[in-house]
Amino acid sequence: MIDTLVPAMTEVCGADYVITDPAELRTYECDGLTSHRSVPGLVVLPETAEQVAGVVRACAAAAVPFVARGSGTGLSGGALAPVDGVLIVTSRMRKILEIDPHSRRAVVEPGVTNLAVSKAAEPFGYFYAPDPSSQVICSIGGNVAENSGGAHCLKHGFTVNHVTGLEVVTPTGEIVWLGDGTGAAPGYDLLGAFTGSEGTMGIVTKIIVRLTRIPAAVTTLLAGFGTTGEGGAAVSAIIAAGIVPAAIEMMDALSIEAAEAAVHCNYPAGAGAVLIVELDGPAADVEAETAAVRALCEKAGATEIRAAADPAERAVIWAGRKSAFAAVGRIAAAYIVQDGVVPRTALQDVLDRIAALSAEAGIRVANVFHAGDGNLHPLVLLDEDTDPEAAEELSGAILDLCIEHGGSITGEHGVGVDKSRYMPRMFSPEDLDTMQMVRCAFDPRGLCNPGKIYPTPRLCGERPGIKREPHPLVASGQADLL
Amino acid sequence: MTSQRATGGQTGRAAQTGPTGRSSLTGPTGQSDQAGQSGQAGQTSQAGQANQAGATGPPGPAPDAAQAALAAACADLRRAGPADAIASVLPSWVAAPATIAEAAATMRAAAGLGLTVVPRGTGSRLAWGLPPRSCDLVIDTGRLDQVLEHASGDWIARLQAGVRMDRLAEVLGRAGQQLSLDVPVPAGGAAGTVGGVLATGMAGPRRLRYGTPRDLVIGITVVRADGQLARSGGKVVKNVAGYDLGKLFAGSFGTLGLIVEATFRLHPRPAATAYVTLECGSTGEAADAVGAAVESQLQASAVEIDRPGLGAPVRVSVLLEGNPAGVPERVTGMRELLGGGAAAAGQPPAWWGRGAAAAGDGTLIRIAFWSGGLRDVLDGLDAVAAAAGVDPAIGGSPGAGVLYAAVDSLTEAEAVARFVAMLRADVERAPGAGYPPARGSVVVLNASPPVRAAVDVWGPVPGAALMRSVKDQFDPGHRMAPGRFAGGI
Repeated sequence: MIDTLVPAMTEVCGADYVITDPAELRTYECDGLTSHRSVPGLVVLPETAEQVAGVVRACAAAAVPFVARGSGTGLSGGALAPVDGVLIVTSRMRKILEIDPHSRRAVVEPGVTNLAVSKAAEPFGYFYAPDPSSQVICSIGGNVAENSGGAHCLKHGFTVNHVTGLEVVTPTGEIVWLGDGTGAAPGYDLLGAFTGSEGTMGIVTKIIVRLTRIPAAVTTLLAGFGTTGEGGAAVSAIIAAGIVPAAIEMMDALSIEAAEAAVHCNYPAGAGAVLIVELDGPAADVEAETAAVRALCEKAGATEIRAAADPAERAVIWAGRKSAFAAVGRIAAAYIVQDGVVPRTALQDVLDRIAALSAEAGIRVANVFHAGDGNLHPLVLLDEDTDPEAAEELSGAILDLCIEHGGSITGEHGVGVDKSRYMPRMFSPEDLDTMQMVRCAFDPRGLCNPGKIYPTPRLCGERPGIKREPHPLVASGQADLL
Repeated sequence: MTSQRATGGQTGRAAQTGPTGRSSLTGPTGQSDQAGQSGQAGQTSQAGQANQAGATGPPGPAPDAAQAALAAACADLRRAGPADAIASVLPSWVAAPATIAEAAATMRAAAGLGLTVVPRGTGSRLAWGLPPRSCDLVIDTGRLDQVLEHASGDWIARLQAGVRMDRLAEVLGRAGQQLSLDVPVPAGGAAGTVGGVLATGMAGPRRLRYGTPRDLVIGITVVRADGQLARSGGKVVKNVAGYDLGKLFAGSFGTLGLIVEATFRLHPRPAATAYVTLECGSTGEAADAVGAAVESQLQASAVEIDRPGLGAPVRVSVLLEGNPAGVPERVTGMRELLGGGAAAAGQPPAWWGRGAAAAGDGTLIRIAFWSGGLRDVLDGLDAVAAAAGVDPAIGGSPGAGVLYAAVDSLTEAEAVARFVAMLRADVERAPGAGYPPARGSVVVLNASPPVRAAVDVWGPVPGAALMRSVKDQFDPGHRMAPGRFAGGI
């Protein structure tokens, strides 16, 4: 059935950029979350916005679902295409079109990697602030779809705070601009609604991002603590002092052990928790805040504090944290990573409850998290003999804990296919229905990345607010509305 | 119901301008709405009458029955008075729900009666944009004034929509925190409400550092046009679960639904603040100073400009905030950067933030542009002002790419219209290789009726077709502040 689209796709993209070979198609069967797999019916690699629009129009005409994919590093299965669908890969769209240092803007294509934007801006004294851990490879288009965060979003904000214009191909195949790069375009903030919509409202083909001045000074501190409780107390003290660090990261004993085994990061021996605190800004401000953070960590019981003053030393401190996910491969056969968020003040309570759940299930959980904004990445570790269903259940129970504490099921990885079943635990059917009204405005036929985020798709023909039955006042004879 | 009796004498007028009922009960009125794009105030009641003209029965629901239905939903319901007029549009009723349940019931009742609705905070910017084509019911959020939660350790606050910004600043200030929206209070007006600031998308000088309401809102609860409560986001800052309706409702001018609750991320109040101010001989000199300030590593929180009129000196002031140990050094650095005449002070200059608060009963125009093009924008502004024969006061946040031009009420409407049209053409011509087609916009925020009648208030809006689709989804009967927003929405 989908084969009938091949001639049209070939005409739009060129024969070299339409993939039909089953073995090649299989290389696109999953993203960074390998537990969900689906081999797409067809893969196309357009190079221009016009080609993307042509592909989408062909899909729309044939009522075939389509899904956009950047570098495929997503962690929620958001870029999976169904077997009867077309996967539109943006990896050939990787031109940096413009760097405007005086307006602090860059215009890029969606396949450009996150780090490439910062590298291109560096000679002008600027960088692109959102920095997901996968920034070496992940694409800006994917970042827009997921509203990606990163370790430094505590101070610098998320993708949505740094995107000021998008050229998108709508699900009907039109090329439209949302926003004009100013951050103050008239009309609804469709740019803001689109960012983080996980590829369900259209496909981005150009992105205008805000660039941030490289700070004059950066200090990175590594502090070792006996327990995560002590580390957490230090975090609370820093926040209470009115200091806004660029990043505050924490790792517990199990994740330290894994990182040590993988990259020999030489974290304080025997520490029950390490805290990484990064401060950036004008030199004198950073110096004063660094002294204050040191004092607060010591007061909270830090056993050791190290400071990195140059990029090389900073890289050493971050190496352990950045390798944490991959590193647990050294101490377990497999793992499930979660992305729940809790209010910062509930961190300790939630960590204690996770420990209890872990003990009860007899399944180890390593904790790596963005402590500054309460974003947990519990790694549920599976050994050879661990029951995968029990691990999945534990993982779900951790999300329930987050919801119970007024948090969220995902802070930066997205809902995708992975967590859509948890959405009704966080939102009412009416909330979910209302959100999907936006989707209906963009994609009334539900062809653009279907099956993601929402467990129950909304039928776009439904019209809220129009009561077909007579109004009660009319029915009871109290008023004649006609 | 005492308030009803007090203003009961206006029943006759209410019946005249009253409920437009029928067409919104039978289906969307989308097509006819687009004709209203020119949206002049005088058309409002005509539109209402046109709706009723095709009806076979009496015009609109019997006011008494409609009033009874509204009163059953909201205890604080009264007949609208002249003070409730939105530009020249007179509503029939004002409802002030005291709880969110009551707000939802009121919206449900209005939906059932097919009433047009305009949400109102303190009303300080209710005249902005275009007047609604029709307004049967004003929903005043003044009684929804609870600070529901201030979690100082989490840097968040959950607020009802009617909480006033000045009171909020006081509450948060006690914990050394702030909602970083320094929205200027309009001359002679009241401080706005949380809901109003969100609905107008207003921000003050510190938008350079903290952004606008859409950047700070992390959760929102709204009552949809059909009366259904809906929520998105939450009370944690980092959260990507589901679509972000907070962004969509920020700056929507009441056209999508009623905002009843919002949660914001907060920031610690800076321990030290200082202002470095420079008087420049020309707009070019001022543009250089603004560029130097925002491109430096001294981390300016705001860079404001002010020129009261053509030929007057141009003033630039830079806000530096942060650690008491660091700010003095940055002040010295900023003074060196801006040149000898720059002076430091602990307090803002008298004109600080006046850009958006200026104009009074005159015309207030917002110009958005890519900040690197400031010199061209200022030169263009002077050239078209001279050509159009107007003398605007200029202020705003040029480092963030936003300027305001205020033209006094004595200037002829035709001259203002020429100025707006020429300025728009000039700003849209800014270089930019075609992506996007225009890198800027000119919007008339506030104006007298003659000026509104003479200008295209919102101008061209990219993505207008998608915006209409969103409006049709959320408000298929086009009853929420109809015609107030861009593109006739």
